[in-house]
Amino acid sequence: MSPPKGLKSLRFFWRDIRFLKWVFQLFILAITLGLLFLLYSNYVENISKSRIPTGLGFLDNPASFTIPGNDFNQSAPVRAAFVQGFYNTLRVSLVGIVLALLVGTLVGMARLSKNFLVRTVAGAYVEVIRNLPLLVLLTFMNLAVVLQTFPRVENAWKPLDLFIVSNRGVAIPWYQGSTLGIVLLLVAGGVLAWLVGWTRARYSERTGKNGRSVLFASATFALVCLGGWLILGYSWSIPFVDDRGTLGGLRLDPSFVALLVTLVLYTSSHIAEIVRGSILAVPRGQGEAADALALSGPRKMRLVILPQAFRVALPAIGNQSLNLIKNSSLGATISYFELTQIAQISVGNGAPAVPTFTLTLFIYLCISLVTSFIVNVFNRRLALVER
Amino acid sequence: MKVWIKRNLFRSWWDGVLTVIFGALSLWVIWSILLFVFVTGRWEIVEVNLKLLLVGQFPNDSLWLIQASMIAIAFWMAAALGKAGSIENRANLVPTIWDFVQRFGLVVAVGVILVLLAGDGYAIGIGLSIVAAVALGRLLNWSRQRMSPLRRIPAFLWHLSLLAPPVILIFATLQQSDLKLWGGFLINFYIAIISMVLCFPLGVLLALGRRSKLPIIRLISTTYIELIRGVPLFVLLLLSGVALEFFIPSDISPGSVFRAVTVFTLFMGGYMAEIFRGGLQSVPSGQLEAGNALGLSIPKITFLIMLPQALRNAIPAQIGQFISLFKDTTLAGAALGLLEVLKVSEAMTKQPDFLGLGYIYEALAFVSLLFWVGSYVMSKESQRLEKRLGVGLR
Repeated sequence: MSPPKGLKSLRFFWRDIRFLKWVFQLFILAITLGLLFLLYSNYVENISKSRIPTGLGFLDNPASFTIPGNDFNQSAPVRAAFVQGFYNTLRVSLVGIVLALLVGTLVGMARLSKNFLVRTVAGAYVEVIRNLPLLVLLTFMNLAVVLQTFPRVENAWKPLDLFIVSNRGVAIPWYQGSTLGIVLLLVAGGVLAWLVGWTRARYSERTGKNGRSVLFASATFALVCLGGWLILGYSWSIPFVDDRGTLGGLRLDPSFVALLVTLVLYTSSHIAEIVRGSILAVPRGQGEAADALALSGPRKMRLVILPQAFRVALPAIGNQSLNLIKNSSLGATISYFELTQIAQISVGNGAPAVPTFTLTLFIYLCISLVTSFIVNVFNRRLALVER
Repeated sequence: MKVWIKRNLFRSWWDGVLTVIFGALSLWVIWSILLFVFVTGRWEIVEVNLKLLLVGQFPNDSLWLIQASMIAIAFWMAAALGKAGSIENRANLVPTIWDFVQRFGLVVAVGVILVLLAGDGYAIGIGLSIVAAVALGRLLNWSRQRMSPLRRIPAFLWHLSLLAPPVILIFATLQQSDLKLWGGFLINFYIAIISMVLCFPLGVLLALGRRSKLPIIRLISTTYIELIRGVPLFVLLLLSGVALEFFIPSDISPGSVFRAVTVFTLFMGGYMAEIFRGGLQSVPSGQLEAGNALGLSIPKITFLIMLPQALRNAIPAQIGQFISLFKDTTLAGAALGLLEVLKVSEAMTKQPDFLGLGYIYEALAFVSLLFWVGSYVMSKESQRLEKRLGVGLR
């Protein structure tokens, strides 16, 4: 009796699909590794010819450049410069993300306004900014607006007498005192506010009355911050024009201002489209239900439409935040001392190019991975609510 | 009209306030733009440097090749893309023209501006021949729909013969002159097109790899895609600017164009892969099952059933990606010192005649116009296409 047909493949194992799959995979793996090895061997060969040092030893060499707006000195190691660059990248990115979210949400909502003019102006804003290259915007903002249109410091613009805008940058009112205290205060206020809000929400669930949890939470936050401010003895420092520059307050470098404004404009125009799309994606019935409950326009937006739109928008907004962080590398073109600029200058000062830029890429990769991890965590929390 | 104003501008007192604020704002912006364009703008800086901005130091005796390619591309687009509307009866004429103006009026306007800036008979000649090429192409497109002898030509032969002249001319241009002399807007355009074409196979392979059921292949593709998507393009360009020669055999000496194209191709490969993956996901699973039912092998199902549909569904997203690539070509100037249009525009404000006189506004306005019109028209076209393909509606 001959064996059943299907078992034939057992005899000729090289015709077994499972075997073939592994052969195929190993083949592709071999090609990939071969390619990597080829690149690596080229690298080693070329490097040995040119006697450029490899490895990360350069991090301990003195940096021999200064970072403006900062007491970083020339003899500090390159390592410290990278830390400072990392901090500057984070600074412009975080502020940029928060502002871009704000502006983007407003513009996105304005695009859906019933007012013809508001709708059209918001639409024009989005279409103009979105279709320009970021670098053109940045160059424009830096060379044309900040360095050329902003006045000299002697006749600086002083909106409300609180800000000072000149071609040496922008000075804003700022606190005086330790930063750590402020951070602790904000964290404490946030935790307390969350606790109070949570309790109020539970109360509202138990009794069916309006808990006003947002109101209570923000009041707690404000109280904690105000109390801490007074108790710890902080005060405002308002900038004023000295004969050479500005004193007091927080001075923002021209390059920081240009980069921040550009990133906010560019990212907010993308976020506006996301917000608009997500609001439109909320089923019509939800809005009609809110109307049936006689919720006012703003409350309908805040309680019904936006929370649902936010769930749709979150992954895309996370993506835009990532883009903003990566785009902040363009700061190097206008001498904002963020990571890329530090890497570029270090290479110019004799650090080996491949390890330096690889390290930079690796840092950006880590920032990206951490950011997308955070977005994913939020996303999962929100998705759980979905039914 | 009265009702419209009431409804759209003055629903409530708050709406009225908004209308006044936004009205004043938009009037002010429009007024300053008009003032800048027609009165205060000193456009002689663009007039003097027009050639540098558009083609860089491209040798004059080969310029006709670029002009011929432009005419050939215009002819090809008019003849091969879309369907010519019927204009037999006069009732259709106005909507057809209006449609054309809405879609391509901006491109025509930029063409007119360029001709005006160049201001010689030669430029007018080129402009007119492009118009003639478009008209002829449209006529050809229309007659293929109508006349039976033309209709009988097989589609692939038809498209091949239409595509041949521009492609031949483009290759001839590439052969003709030293890449180092290329510059201006031309180099932005060529880098974008070449990288787009080159990254296509890479993107398809990575997308298939990421969706594969084979673990090692999926791991390799996913790693590549995530690595590329996690790092900024600008740093990659900087890296290639100083270090590409270390990774390739030492007998090749890479120029900046080569460096730029390499980075853009590898970078876009990762992004295109995600787009193709989306396209593959949008193909209904019934298609795969139907392929299985017919007893097709996996490669056959992939290449004959899944990919064609996936690529078609992803066309709008691909155009979007092309737009962002097109805009990102400006980075090559900042990172590699390539004399692309933004770099040229910055450099020309430092010419002795213009130095320190604040010409940066005019220079950047011109560059912005080129990029803006290009991106805007392309994105509008891709939206139209999206509607016509009905992606997401099935």
